[in-house]
Amino acid sequence: MTFVDGPRASRSLAVQSQETPTRTHAAPPAARRVLAQAAWETRVTLRNGEQLLLTLVLPVIALVAMSRTSLIGLDVPAGHQRVDVIAPGVLAMAVMSSAFTGQAIATAFDRRYGVLRLLGTTPLGRSGLLLGRVLAVLAVEVVQFAVLGGVAAWLGWRPSATSLLLAVPLLVLGTAAFAALGLLMAGTMRAEAVLAGANLVWVLLLLGGGVLLPTAELPGALGDVAALLPSGALADGLRSVFLDGALPPSPLPVLAGWTAVAVAACVRWFKWQ
Amino acid sequence: MPAIREPALDVRGLVKRYGDHTAVRGIDLQAHHGAVTALLGPNGAGKTTTVECCVGLRSPDDGSVRLLGRAAAETGADDRARVGVMLQDGGLPNQARPLELLRHLARLYAAPADVEELAARLGIDQFAATAVRRLSGGQRQRVALAAALVGRPELVFLDEPSAGLDPQARHTVWDVVRDLCTDGVAVLLTTHDMEEATRLASEVVIVDDGRVVAQGTPAHLTSSYGTSSIRFTAAPSLDLEELRRSLPTHLSIGETRPGEYVIAGDVDPAVVATVTAWCASQGLMPDQLAVGRASLEDVFLDLTGRALR
Ligand SMILES: Nc1ncnc2c1ncn2[C@@H]1O[C@H](COP(=O)(O)OP(=O)(O)OP(=O)(O)O)[C@@H](O)[C@H]1O
Ligand SMILES: [Mg+2]
Repeated sequence: MTFVDGPRASRSLAVQSQETPTRTHAAPPAARRVLAQAAWETRVTLRNGEQLLLTLVLPVIALVAMSRTSLIGLDVPAGHQRVDVIAPGVLAMAVMSSAFTGQAIATAFDRRYGVLRLLGTTPLGRSGLLLGRVLAVLAVEVVQFAVLGGVAAWLGWRPSATSLLLAVPLLVLGTAAFAALGLLMAGTMRAEAVLAGANLVWVLLLLGGGVLLPTAELPGALGDVAALLPSGALADGLRSVFLDGALPPSPLPVLAGWTAVAVAACVRWFKWQ
Repeated sequence: MPAIREPALDVRGLVKRYGDHTAVRGIDLQAHHGAVTALLGPNGAGKTTTVECCVGLRSPDDGSVRLLGRAAAETGADDRARVGVMLQDGGLPNQARPLELLRHLARLYAAPADVEELAARLGIDQFAATAVRRLSGGQRQRVALAAALVGRPELVFLDEPSAGLDPQARHTVWDVVRDLCTDGVAVLLTTHDMEEATRLASEVVIVDDGRVVAQGTPAHLTSSYGTSSIRFTAAPSLDLEELRRSLPTHLSIGETRPGEYVIAGDVDPAVVATVTAWCASQGLMPDQLAVGRASLEDVFLDLTGRALR
């Protein structure tokens, strides 16, 4: 018999509220709560095998396979190598993996199991929960970019400092757009549907949404459509930044538009339970 | 005597509808510091809905909810930190390991409980590093209880805290609840376990179909519904007509379950003699013959009927 009752002397379960009727600060500052939640979420994500496959293993495989083989025909501009075209697309793929697919699936199952409800009753609250999740996505992305950047460098990728700087707003806005779209899915559909749907969308956008293949190389009207999708806008934008060292005009407004629409739709339709 | 304080929880005229089904139809409810209030009611009576309205997970269609002196709608992070919640459906993240989860939750509070001690108290240290999705129902239940207590709340909502627990764990949970009470915490719990309500609660509220049908201390409730009773078991479906004729008319006689007989009302020694004499005349052995007060379960079944919900 190992399940024993603890000593009756342990009386620290509760405040002595008879003597101290109110404590002024029962909760730590909001920033501390959100950071604690972000750190926790990051750890849970990086420990989850399926999430790692999606966020790190598959992007690394795509990067190496597409740079080292010419299975897929690509227009490589003069003075560049295959990896210079592939690496920006793989960065967009990484954003899509963690901000959209991984995040949507995790949120959908948290919603299904009542985690969103329970955490909503803690000092963290609902807004803290979502903020923590978005920060965790950014933290995972930092890990992804470090690993993918390292592998790409090993494959011969030498991005300029200017390009790296110009990529930041694209990556941030791309993350915002995909995170909001992922939340919208997670907050309005059944968990199983999100699991299937978020993976399917990921594959479709990867191949036909301008992520791995530039929208200009997609057949017919698909390329024009893809340039208006968050996937095409983000990946094309990154390719311009890293290949030409310049930020083209359209990707940022496209990503901002998707973010605005998805956030508004979340506010309107997201269901916590 | 501590000074009279405002109730920790004050619910008035609570109404909640789901579409055109009204789950809660005007419930009044209070929970006081240093006391356990038990919410009893058949499945679907509206207990969980009431708790969810109290903790801000659902917005009431009518009525008011005040928590620790403040309207529920106006509560912020500091107020949420003073209220602990254990939901009926758990709400624990599936991948998390119990001890890590509790440590994480503790970080969301300014003055949390000692996590190791709390975990040891509830026996969580035995499965501290097993992912929640691999835990048994009762183990999850204990983690959910610990999660409700980790912030050292002044008011706790426990929705069926002992459902699915083994007897040892159930007793531990009862001890923990009693200690909370001693420490001045207000506890509102829902339960289907009449023994739990009898042992823990200083106030019992019985709801049925979204309404309060009885309210009071367990002793008050049992004494106002049938002062005493005789029960025994024998062969099922006995003909009770002759017994009924030989007993005073104010007593009620019935077979509550096949083979289980109850004579309720004002039972005095003469009544006991009449019943045993009748048994002897029928050649019956009244098994497990007992004279006693009505139990909370008798009151509950009497008030809410015997039909399944
Ligand atoms: N989300 C919902 N949508 C529609 N109806 C609901 C919903 N949740 C509960 N109900 C209905 O409201 C009523 C009250 O449900 P509630 O969960 O509050 O009962 P309960 O007293 O907690 O029951 P139990 O003892 O089974 O836990 C039930 O008839 C239930 O079917
Ligand atoms: Mg319930």
